[in-house]
Amino acid sequence: MDDMTFAAALADLLSLAPEIWQACRETALMLAVGLAAAISLGGPLGIVLYLSQPGQLFANRWINGLLGWTVNLVRSFPFIILMVSLVPLTRLIVGSTIGPVAAAVPLSFAAIPYFARLVEQTLREIPRGVVEAAEAMGASPLQIIVKVLLNEARSGLISSLTILTISFLSYSAVAGVVGGGGIGDLAIRYGYYRFQTDVMVAMVLLLVLIVQIIQFAGNRLAARLDKR
Amino acid sequence: MIHLQNIRKRFQRPEGGSFDAVCDTSLSIGEGEIFGLIGFSGAGKSTLLRLINLLERPDQGAVIVAGQDLTAMNAKALRTARQQLGMVFQQFNLMANRTVADNIAFPLEIAGWSKADIANRVAECLEIVGLGDRAQHYPAQLSGGQKQRVGIARALAPRPKVILADEPTSALDPKTTQSILDCLQDINRRFGVTVVIVTHEMHVVRSICHRAAVLDAGTVVEVVEVNAGEVDARSELARSLLEAA
Repeated sequence: MDDMTFAAALADLLSLAPEIWQACRETALMLAVGLAAAISLGGPLGIVLYLSQPGQLFANRWINGLLGWTVNLVRSFPFIILMVSLVPLTRLIVGSTIGPVAAAVPLSFAAIPYFARLVEQTLREIPRGVVEAAEAMGASPLQIIVKVLLNEARSGLISSLTILTISFLSYSAVAGVVGGGGIGDLAIRYGYYRFQTDVMVAMVLLLVLIVQIIQFAGNRLAARLDKR
Repeated sequence: MIHLQNIRKRFQRPEGGSFDAVCDTSLSIGEGEIFGLIGFSGAGKSTLLRLINLLERPDQGAVIVAGQDLTAMNAKALRTARQQLGMVFQQFNLMANRTVADNIAFPLEIAGWSKADIANRVAECLEIVGLGDRAQHYPAQLSGGQKQRVGIARALAPRPKVILADEPTSALDPKTTQSILDCLQDINRRFGVTVVIVTHEMHVVRSICHRAAVLDAGTVVEVVEVNAGEVDARSELARSLLEAA
């Protein structure tokens, strides 16, 4: 790229600065809602999935089977189809199907079972004997969940959350194209529809940077929490 | 202290069918005793130990500890009763993300002790097992013998009447084994805690047990007395265990 076009691209981007900032905020909002739903609903769902497995504290083949089947069902939808099929629900909850808040509904819907599986898998790595020791000491199921399972799995849970965040940064770009806004939407609107390749490249670079930062922070925190 | 009455425990095999891990067994263990459960692999000794604190629920029979019938209790009462029964494991089963002090504090948190009482008791227990300088270490930073000392301190913390030890020395080398056995014996002598210890090694029985039940195929073949390190065994099985040692 020669100096002239680089300068032109820079000027282009600078003139778009307010829009880029707006896009970042929209992406952040979609992610925040999706992750909050994943943690508050997907987390407990993952714990129930784990505890209802054969050999665990609340082994129950029917509950485990039903929940597992439902989680698989939601997870088998390609995200874009899930978005479209959830349009009536989104309209019911948010009152609109456009904007980052509306896009957050299908995002949450996809994030909940995804995180549930990640939590279930992480909890499985805790040695059964540690849980058994807590049982032998007279710990209640709630104490076992909070003081043993979640505490022993904390580093793995942070890693799971990191994976979830990065996946859903990408999903939010898809949601953006269908009227959600955000960084991905900006890249498509300017970069693709208006042939402003510089904007597209800049947005992709921005996403690369965000992903690197999230992964770095996730790794650091997970390592600090891991005393195994 | 511990009375097992006509206990039966049957397990389903994954491939179908079932077998009796413990069949129609009765056993009485006195207060302040160090009692061994010895036998070859698969004799049902670990299952019998786990029946005492109801980690395994018997299909038939009663488990009576300190005058209370555990088999008749609801879940909440059983949890309270279990606080009187410390347990020590072959694989230690410590919580990796808790420090040594916090591992020992765990059963006290469960029992609802105050922070100050917990701190005092944890320090006391660390001294008893000789790990006063390791309070803030994590289990991963300890040797096998030290981990087992933490396991013993944790079992001892809530001042239990009984400590159940499931092959506590089988993951340790001979020298460490002896120090762990000495530690259990010391606790038994100083605090009068009844100790039930599962082992496949006769030398464990010789070294600290007062009596031991010799198990085979889920039944008690013989209860042997240990006098000054000598085991007075009648059954062929007990003799073969003696020779193996």
